[in-house]
Amino acid sequence: MSLDFRPGAFSEFFRDETFRDTFTYTNSNPRRFPFPFDRDDYMYSVNMEPHVPGRKGTAFEHTFDVDEHYVAEMIDRAKVLAEDPLRCQSLPHMTLAGWDVLELIMEAKARDYPQWFSLTKDGNRWHWVNRPLGIEQSFTFLDEATLPYPPFEYIMRQTQGDWTLQDERDGTLWMDAGIATSQADWSVDFDVGMNFHEWHAPVPLAHEKGVFDRALKFLLKLQQGAPVRRFNWTMTVNPLLDTAPETYPKWGPMKASITPENLGRKQHLRVELQSLYRLPRSNAIAFDIRCYLCSFEQIVTVPKWARRLHRVIRDLPEELATYKGFSRNRAAMVTWLSQYDDGAPTSAGWWPDD
Amino acid sequence: MKIDLTPIDAPAIKSRPVYAPLEPRPGKLHVIVADDAGADAVTDLLAKASNRSEILAVAHVMYCPGPTGTDGSAKLEALGAAQFFRAPTIPALLPRLVRVLADAHMGTQFYLAGTESLIGQAEREIMNTGFPFASIQKEQRGSTLRRVQCVHCKGITENVATDPFKCSHCGLSLFVRDHYSRRMAAFQGVNIDAEDPGQVPESVVRFK
Repeated sequence: MSLDFRPGAFSEFFRDETFRDTFTYTNSNPRRFPFPFDRDDYMYSVNMEPHVPGRKGTAFEHTFDVDEHYVAEMIDRAKVLAEDPLRCQSLPHMTLAGWDVLELIMEAKARDYPQWFSLTKDGNRWHWVNRPLGIEQSFTFLDEATLPYPPFEYIMRQTQGDWTLQDERDGTLWMDAGIATSQADWSVDFDVGMNFHEWHAPVPLAHEKGVFDRALKFLLKLQQGAPVRRFNWTMTVNPLLDTAPETYPKWGPMKASITPENLGRKQHLRVELQSLYRLPRSNAIAFDIRCYLCSFEQIVTVPKWARRLHRVIRDLPEELATYKGFSRNRAAMVTWLSQYDDGAPTSAGWWPDD
Repeated sequence: MKIDLTPIDAPAIKSRPVYAPLEPRPGKLHVIVADDAGADAVTDLLAKASNRSEILAVAHVMYCPGPTGTDGSAKLEALGAAQFFRAPTIPALLPRLVRVLADAHMGTQFYLAGTESLIGQAEREIMNTGFPFASIQKEQRGSTLRRVQCVHCKGITENVATDPFKCSHCGLSLFVRDHYSRRMAAFQGVNIDAEDPGQVPESVVRFK
């Protein structure tokens, strides 16, 4: 596959690593990982909070976290899209929302990471520079003909995380555009065009608890300039970003490769830092599902997280382990993690104890 | 990946459309599309209409027999609608619907009855033309055989009766996930032995 960008600065900050085949992905600093459990047990909840800049040096410091995996993730995304273009789809009425999200991302990155990104505007004539990917582009805002891809796909090829764009009509949200190359087992191709309750249909327990009714009510009130965020999580064997249902026959067998000896290295906690933004022109809602992976052996370097992860996985309702796709290896995980849980109490909140 | 088979009497699937008996509504044009035992839903609809002859005078009825051979075309033809069309299959029916939609104006009422496959595919054509959701009524009757999209090869297998089943395109063994896409007018099929190739549970007839 040929890349249409020339990745620049692997050496100084961005890791040269893989999310497939050789699986050389790792975290230089596991304490930066957004550990999702703020207590010792877990059940679905709406758990939204304002997406405001957080602690320095964490995944929450900026609106969009550009971390050491950025360049390698964009290479992986380009490979997935070359293999399967259906992973990025936008229904015809979503072009304006695509421009909205392009603007949101370019402005935030140019503001928060001036050493890597810049955006200069002369009316509708914009100039975008993305140094890590070696991209420089002059274009006319709102004129599709001036970009090499439609606006949504253009910016998504330079943005970590899977994204969906929700059109609001008939009192609900319709997922009318999306890209997924690092998804936890849902299909853009199948789900595009669905409304909020339809695309959440396979999730167990949460409907009955009214989680989705409350979440939708909350999201319909989302205001421009006041984004919100929440966590979701699952488990992945090997640091595999692209766990799509489309390619399940290829990656499914990896789940059977776990042994007590390799579990710490191969088993990864997969966290989705989800954030939502109301867009200004289209009134659509952009949904960013940013995936972070951390191996169990890296997680247990933080004693609080080691204790807590053991308790969460041990006590999780079986339906959730099944839905999240790790019931096969759950017992092995609990056994492995128990070595790192001395039963001591843990402090509230998700930060590692300092 | 969820691989438990859902019991046949499982509670409603959240992404599945909700069906209710067809009700007569005022309209300038009544487009009635049915297959299989949907013919009975249409005759029931007209039986409860106080203005039956007014509806029939501006009704276009399209029908095809069901996947198991149920053919109610005689009773629909006998209704005496302004236009009646019998197609042999759903794919043979849809081009006519598309042509009718090209001329249909706001104020048209749509009545879809029969299998989920027929309802889903007809609804998709109607929604593509921009008619409001609220002008479409749907009533499921007759066969519950499913139309399933293979999430791996994207091919659609019609009239799926068993779970798991073999994809008619790529040959993988698929279980039928209780997840329905109106855009595809299909349920989702996912490989059942991906994690343990060759270990395919025995097929169970779930849809008839």
